[in-house]
Amino acid sequence: MDETGAPLQTGAAGRERIDELGKRTGMWFFLFTELLFFGGMFLLYSIYRYKFAADFHRAAAAENLVLGSVNTAILLTSSLAMVLAVAAVRRGQIRRSIRLQGATISLGTVFLVIKGIEWGAKISRGIYPNGPTLLSLSKGQIIFFGLYFTMTGLHALHVLIGITAIAFMIRFTTRGVIGADRYSRLENTGLYWHFVDIVWIYLYPLFYLIT
Amino acid sequence: MSKEPRPRPDGFERDALQRGQSPQGARSEPPYWVDTGRYRGLAAWMMSTDHKRIGIMYLVALLSFFSVGVFLGFLMRLNLLAPGAFIKAQTYNELFTMHGLIQIFLFIIPGVPVAFGNFFLPILIGARDVAFPRLNRLSWWLYVAGAFIVLLSLVIQGRPPDTGWTFYAPYSIRTATSVSVAVSGVFVLGFSSILTGLNFVTTIHRLRARGMGWFRMPAFCWTLYATGWVQMLATPVLAITLVLIVLSRVFGIGFFDPARGGDPILFEHLFWTYSHPAVYIMLLPAMGIISEVVPVFSRKSLYGYVAVAMSALGIAIVGYAVWGHHMFTSGMSDTARVVFSFLTFLVAVPSGVKVFNWISTLYKGSIKLDAPLIFALSFIFLFSIGGLTGLIIGSLAPNLHVHGTYFIVAHFHYVMFGGAGFAILTALHYWFPKMFGRMYNERRAKLGWLFLFVGFQFLYFSMFILGYKGMPRRYFDYPPQFRGLNIVSTVGSWILVTGLIIIAVNLLRSLRHGSPAPRDPWGGKTLEWRIPSPPAAENFRTPPVISDRPYDYGPE
Repeated sequence: MDETGAPLQTGAAGRERIDELGKRTGMWFFLFTELLFFGGMFLLYSIYRYKFAADFHRAAAAENLVLGSVNTAILLTSSLAMVLAVAAVRRGQIRRSIRLQGATISLGTVFLVIKGIEWGAKISRGIYPNGPTLLSLSKGQIIFFGLYFTMTGLHALHVLIGITAIAFMIRFTTRGVIGADRYSRLENTGLYWHFVDIVWIYLYPLFYLIT
Repeated sequence: MSKEPRPRPDGFERDALQRGQSPQGARSEPPYWVDTGRYRGLAAWMMSTDHKRIGIMYLVALLSFFSVGVFLGFLMRLNLLAPGAFIKAQTYNELFTMHGLIQIFLFIIPGVPVAFGNFFLPILIGARDVAFPRLNRLSWWLYVAGAFIVLLSLVIQGRPPDTGWTFYAPYSIRTATSVSVAVSGVFVLGFSSILTGLNFVTTIHRLRARGMGWFRMPAFCWTLYATGWVQMLATPVLAITLVLIVLSRVFGIGFFDPARGGDPILFEHLFWTYSHPAVYIMLLPAMGIISEVVPVFSRKSLYGYVAVAMSALGIAIVGYAVWGHHMFTSGMSDTARVVFSFLTFLVAVPSGVKVFNWISTLYKGSIKLDAPLIFALSFIFLFSIGGLTGLIIGSLAPNLHVHGTYFIVAHFHYVMFGGAGFAILTALHYWFPKMFGRMYNERRAKLGWLFLFVGFQFLYFSMFILGYKGMPRRYFDYPPQFRGLNIVSTVGSWILVTGLIIIAVNLLRSLRHGSPAPRDPWGGKTLEWRIPSPPAAENFRTPPVISDRPYDYGPE
């Protein structure tokens, strides 16, 4: 039952099977909670944007639009790779799926590297929370960059978690734990990855395009 | 219900009558606490994914933290007997902060769902476990970790937090006490709470036994369902708020600091967006327990079952939109205040529906005044006082008068302790035989209740008067005109603690010395009373098939 570490499988009416739909349901519920987690920050963003519209406009001009756009393209492509990886497993193309999952991880890593370059550029100019240059700016700009670092930082943390999860999925796929008849873990990881992607789709205009 | 009882398709009930117990009730497998797996002793418990073991571990932890919280409250009352005589002002601030943190985040928010929900939800819907047993174990580990971190804030990073359990900015960002550690602990606890809610909602969707339609679930399951949604949809907001507090303290991000363009009132909004629904995380499942106990001890079906179920959802939905009533004096537009006040009145309606349904269930019932029902009736009484005074402070004008006074303290202790706390005691006495396979001493349970109930009134009712007269909360001293009632209140705390000790000793003694519990000591009709006391590892040998509503006491 439990101590062996094997999942306890109880279907409705006690049928011994894996409840794939139940697992997907659980994942969607989890994404709701993630949505509300980011929702708190989006709420702060909208209130402060309303309060400091001109400052936000000015501050956003300092963002590197090229890097932001490239990053958006990279993350969207990584989501495509993830979808194809799930589709491949469903068709039984295990090796192809592993390659695609690997591609997702690589693209996610590139995203983080570019993000790191952006952060590094700002930090070297003294724009970081409590940073000397930042504190000399107007209040609205301090808030803007506070939001920028918090929201992209927490988003990057989610990308990192996603990369780790996919790394585990590659391991599971290699070992045959994930296969054509049991792929809910991979699918759920995919859902998570798409969620992270979607958050970025909102962050991108809010920080790079509003100027 | 007026229709004739139908014979069960599987002959479940007839069979049970002939043999004195149902086939499910026959003891053939060892109780859930016998180790059968790889591990032994403590490891077997910590590594277990059995919902019953997890429920028991939560229960032990909750009651331990409750005792600590009571002790801190007891010390606070002692100080108010002779302010400053043996407790310094700063210590008093730390005391009420830790009292609040422990009672709210470690005891009453996880409270009913993690202990009784874990143990009984799968049984009540005829399942072998929750939908994600390993996730359930992860929730438990996170709870332990979170509790550990919160307690760590007592000893590291200087003095314990002194902000009050609400962590209001900007003080929580400036104080030198170890707020960051405590906040991180609460964050981890929130994660645990989210996963539990997610698990329960999925369980109810996916694992109901054959024939167990939504409206054949016991009412407790409905309240856990509503609670699960609140846990999922509200707790993340608290999580991000706490993250922002830590970021503000560590990196100086100024979201709540006016000097850097931030707005402290936004913190209050975000905080109460979670923390008001959290009140319903505490109360909804508590109401579910009362809805289980009242029918059993009045030998009647739950009156207005559908209304009780729907009012749980109603409370969960409306309860999400009333947080502003905590902030009437903080700075809000009049429009917002009127809307929040109106919604606050609205949320009282489904709560009232529940109270009337319990009373109607009792009406013309064959009432058996056993300990669980006595606690349940006290719940209804105390919760009604707490609820009605809630309407007083939910109205704008009186709120301005009593905001931040002991009136508020009295109100939420009537709701939290008189409500959720008494419901936990109800559940403890109602399900004790099922959980531990022993009966407790009925007379001592009632004696303990008497002390508790009387002490409760002295302790908290005097606070209503103190608050109405203007004594502010969270002050460690007071002017002489408040002395008399403060003495009454402190003496009340002694009586109350005596009651709690009697109850605790009675239950602890019964673990070893109580007579063995029969399968169904109270004449309950829900599924947990059809399996042995205590249940075996996977609850049901054969999956039960349900063919009727949960509280079937025959034609009226």
